[in-house]
Amino acid sequence: MKYLKAEDIVNRVDSLINVLPPSIIEELKEKLPKFKLTEEELEKILFTVVKEYEKSLVEPGEPVGVVAAQSIGEPGTQMTLRTFHYAGVREFNVTLGLPRLIEILDARRTPSTPMMTVYLDENHRFDEEKAKEVGRNIETTYLENITESVEIDLISGSILLTLDLEVMRDKDISVENVINALEKLKVGEVEMVDDNKIAVRTDILDVNKLQKLRNKILALKLKGVKGIKRIVIRKEQGEYVIYTEGSNLAAVLKVEGVDPTRTTTNNLHEVAEVLGIEAARNMIIREAMGVLEEQGLDVDIRHVMLVADMMTYTGRIRQIGRHGISGEKPSVLARAAFEVTTKHLLEASVSGEVDELLGVTENVIVGQIIPIGTGSVQLLMKSTSSRGKT
Amino acid sequence: MSESYKRIKAIKFGVLSPDIIRKMSVTAIVTPDTYDEDGWPIEGGLMDRRLGIIEPSQRCATCGNRVGACPGHFGHVELARPVVHVGYVKIIYQLLRATCRRCGRLLIPQEDMERYKVLLEKYVKNWPELVDNLTSRILSKAIKTNECPHCNERQFKVKLEKPTTFYEETREGAIKLTPIEVRARLERIPDDDLKLIGIDPESARPEWMVLTVLPVPPVSVRPSITLESGVRSEDDLTHKLVDIIRINERLRENIEAGAPQLIIEDLWELLQYHVTTYFDNEVSGIPPARHRSGRPLRTLSQRLKGKEGRFRSNLSGKRVDFSARTVISPDPNLSINEVGVPEEIAKILTVPERVTQWNLEEMKKLVIRGPFNHPGANYIIRPDGRRIDLRYPKDLKAIAENLTPGYIVERHIRDGDIVLFNRQPSLHRMSIMAHRVKVLPYKTFRLNLCVCPPYNADFDGDEMNLHVPQSEEARAEARILMLVQEQILSPRYGGPIMGAIQDYITGAFLLTRKSTFLRRREVCRLLYNAGYTGPLPPPAIKYPEKLWTGKQLVSLFLPKDLNFAARSNICAKCDTCLEEDCPYDAYVSVKNGLLISGVLDKKLIGAGQPESLLHFIVKDYGSDAASHFIDNVFKLFLIYIDDYGFTMSLSDEDMPLEAKIRIDEVLKEAEIAVNRLIRSYREGELERLPGRTLEETLEMRIMEVLTDARDKAGNIAAEYLGMDNYAVVMAKTGARGNILNLTQMTAVIGQQSVRGERIIRGYKNRTLPHFKKGDIGAVARGFVYSSYKRGLNPLEFFFHAMGGREGLVDTAVRTSQSGYLQRRLMNALQDLKVEYDGTVRAPGGLVVQFKYGEDGVDPSRSDHGKPMNIDRIIRKVVMERRVE
Repeated sequence: MKYLKAEDIVNRVDSLINVLPPSIIEELKEKLPKFKLTEEELEKILFTVVKEYEKSLVEPGEPVGVVAAQSIGEPGTQMTLRTFHYAGVREFNVTLGLPRLIEILDARRTPSTPMMTVYLDENHRFDEEKAKEVGRNIETTYLENITESVEIDLISGSILLTLDLEVMRDKDISVENVINALEKLKVGEVEMVDDNKIAVRTDILDVNKLQKLRNKILALKLKGVKGIKRIVIRKEQGEYVIYTEGSNLAAVLKVEGVDPTRTTTNNLHEVAEVLGIEAARNMIIREAMGVLEEQGLDVDIRHVMLVADMMTYTGRIRQIGRHGISGEKPSVLARAAFEVTTKHLLEASVSGEVDELLGVTENVIVGQIIPIGTGSVQLLMKSTSSRGKT
Repeated sequence: MSESYKRIKAIKFGVLSPDIIRKMSVTAIVTPDTYDEDGWPIEGGLMDRRLGIIEPSQRCATCGNRVGACPGHFGHVELARPVVHVGYVKIIYQLLRATCRRCGRLLIPQEDMERYKVLLEKYVKNWPELVDNLTSRILSKAIKTNECPHCNERQFKVKLEKPTTFYEETREGAIKLTPIEVRARLERIPDDDLKLIGIDPESARPEWMVLTVLPVPPVSVRPSITLESGVRSEDDLTHKLVDIIRINERLRENIEAGAPQLIIEDLWELLQYHVTTYFDNEVSGIPPARHRSGRPLRTLSQRLKGKEGRFRSNLSGKRVDFSARTVISPDPNLSINEVGVPEEIAKILTVPERVTQWNLEEMKKLVIRGPFNHPGANYIIRPDGRRIDLRYPKDLKAIAENLTPGYIVERHIRDGDIVLFNRQPSLHRMSIMAHRVKVLPYKTFRLNLCVCPPYNADFDGDEMNLHVPQSEEARAEARILMLVQEQILSPRYGGPIMGAIQDYITGAFLLTRKSTFLRRREVCRLLYNAGYTGPLPPPAIKYPEKLWTGKQLVSLFLPKDLNFAARSNICAKCDTCLEEDCPYDAYVSVKNGLLISGVLDKKLIGAGQPESLLHFIVKDYGSDAASHFIDNVFKLFLIYIDDYGFTMSLSDEDMPLEAKIRIDEVLKEAEIAVNRLIRSYREGELERLPGRTLEETLEMRIMEVLTDARDKAGNIAAEYLGMDNYAVVMAKTGARGNILNLTQMTAVIGQQSVRGERIIRGYKNRTLPHFKKGDIGAVARGFVYSSYKRGLNPLEFFFHAMGGREGLVDTAVRTSQSGYLQRRLMNALQDLKVEYDGTVRAPGGLVVQFKYGEDGVDPSRSDHGKPMNIDRIIRKVVMERRVE
């Protein structure tokens, strides 16, 4: 018997690229060359694969939206409500479960626990010190974090800062850095009193104003990226990864040492703004699937994809609900039947809207067959009996 | 009966103009009284007979029809002074600010207007979804302008005092704008200007938003009800209309009599109030109109709004006939495709069956049996459309003799009819499935236990609904698409959602395990009940007695070309799998339809288990084979477990003394470890975890120690509990419960938690007054040392109740939240469908996906998400070669 060479098998499989989806082509290319196959057998396998694939295709008219809604909504009842779980990183509390799923589908501006996973580039990935260095440039350090004590001198109207040099060394901040930053604030003369003491001299003598100024000085940002509150560095699969509390994708991507191709955030709108709508779509899928999987719920990815596509296909992120998809439906009746009934009816009357009855709800309301599933078939039949005519 | 096949193509919304209101009115309503002393409706009153009728005995004075056929007719009230329509106040307010007070033009320079006009036309044609954006931009620009670019009139600020009063802040101070003035201003706005701000002058001239004529809805919209005592009670709308007309007449009289301006204004405002509350009784800023009893009236807006409103309650969901509801109970002898229907219900639910020459005799028999004997009939519909009620005629035989083809008999449902069966909440499509009727005695619906998972049903008092489809098309759709066996594979994950549960699983395990041998008698009884008719296989053991194994029996029902291998639920997950030589018999191997090794349990035949034996049977051999498998083979398991006598009792939780001592030791160690942690925390020696406070670190460490202790105790307990313990059998096979439950019963219950933490709340610095202040030891924070069998002490019981309560609250909150999420998802996605070109589109042809799910595969036809199982296909072909 003559067996086919591995490359012949691969070439034959590749010729089906327009018939089969890429995922199957890849799987076939990976698995088939491991067997000794005759041409006849290969053809038999490929024939069955194509037949099975065609058998598994969706039927036209299939209400895929409804099925997706059910498939995501139904397991919702089985999810836990416990807001906080430790997902991978036990140092952070991360919103998971039903609240997180609702958050994703609501397309909230900011998630309740913003978080980033920062991957590092080749040069910083494998060295803990280098990873820490990147971390320092990401984590925001305020003056408050490096001061031991603050004194207000009411008589001279100056504020005396005692710096914690050890923390400063850890954060890689020099006294000069601090002085420069303080000078930029332009609140008064900055003067170094001692090794670790800095005085800010002003001519303000009002106690309240000085208090305010003191707070302003302490909240001075010295280093890091705005919005990143805390970081944790962990070693994962042989490389160092930085997890952050707080999120600012645009700024973090610019930090040196960060691998911009893999770094992510859980803030949907940030992703949409920085990386574009397709990235946001993929993120919705990934985040939603992550929540479902974490809860041990088996949901087909196609359902989540459809939801994500529905949320993003207009080019911007639309929420699932009255301020998004449901509020922008073309049908007055469908909108009225969902929420805020009277508002929609009144507005429709003013602009003289016309409901074309193309959706499901509208047709249920007027008592007609819905244009989905078996109802989407439109056969024309002569209303009178054709018998005896021709 | 002639039916028309007209279809509504579109619905246009607009505002009624006074002319139209007058034109569609059959009469002006002038008196606030409804009935005279004799109880007759007064002409020109709100119950005028020309507005339609509500009593079955009368005929409508306008159209002459009786109750069902008369659609009702509108009347109208001529308002003595115009009033503002509350719903349009916002738009009127915008218009007043955006247009000139003198010339009525939009406050936009002429050249800009021309530009916008062109732009708008372009938008309407190309990007209709952006039109709103543009119009609101034009509007806000107009509002910001202070001087009319057309007549150079200086504009004053118009203020709205909620809900319906307008003021103009002139140089002399705020001057009230009466509705007459408002209307006059709105009248001056030219049509072309309106178009620019998104108002369609054809369907909504702004002056129509200030009412001069009020339509009066027909009586059928506001029926009065007569109580048993004979007292007539009017609808809320009628009450409100009476108020309006009364004040309107008073206002008119006062104007005609030339009353002082003050009185007229007061009455005018009162009229405005009544008209406002007539439209919407929940307007903020004014007290809602109330019924005499103090209950707020349910006026027009309230009728439409919300869950109980017209839209959601009556238009999106409708009440139906031919339905039944009762308690459900299990019946393993039914097929999964069947539903047991009580005879009492079967005598009420009917199916219309057209009499033909082929079923004439049968129909006659049914008619003669009448409505009170089960396979009978309730009504006959003659070809002329008349219905004959079979309850009353004495001589049913005579009626039956008159039957000819063309008649329709509404016969009782009987065995084999297709019905829809449903359990709320209907969360997914498997919540409504089609079953075949099986008429049975007693009063509950009966169903096969394998359909419990899709309905999420149990038998602790659950009720279910049943619907009888009335047309041939509906029945065909139900049978082909909705029959239970067609729904075995869930579209959620592409695996079987139906399958064995509880005793089925235990039974399967007991029957198929290695130690089971059956005598000929038992084999025959089992096989007979499972509907097997072929020859017996040769016995596995011939001497001293012929004995068969359980695996042999199961093999008889497997398709002869089935090859399958998987690990069962009892698999110990050894590092190297011995496959067929597995010491636990956990490696299931089916070769050419013979179960070679392995026990069947949850992983193989359980409900909701993708890539299981059951899944492959459904996928490869179709739904008929699958339902056959579930109906017959599963019966083996039940009968076997019946004979076997499977029970669990308190003694199943007994532990030898040795185990108790070991468990106590583990717990003591844990306690010491906890105390050590607390001490090191107090002495400041505890090392902080990065990103956590010291307290949090301590809590996490303690939790760790205690969970670990419970697990250890559980493992010790498990050592002493073998497969001879039935509770363990259930846990290991996946039939019910898990090892943790067992641990809690026998060894230790463990840490109770609220909000994922140890119990902290209660008194100041302590959970209960039984502890010292500041005690943060294991017991004081809700660690339960007792087992369920030993019993909890009062303190432990209290902590346990706290944890339990949280669970209950959690469930209650979650159901409402996920219910709303489901509703929103459904609403957002319901219009999507796959077109013939494979794209997914929203109404209007907008493409959402170019290929559904990126590969066009239907999840319910997929193999756990993948289009197919390539390994199986390859293996099949390669195996064939070996056979050759």
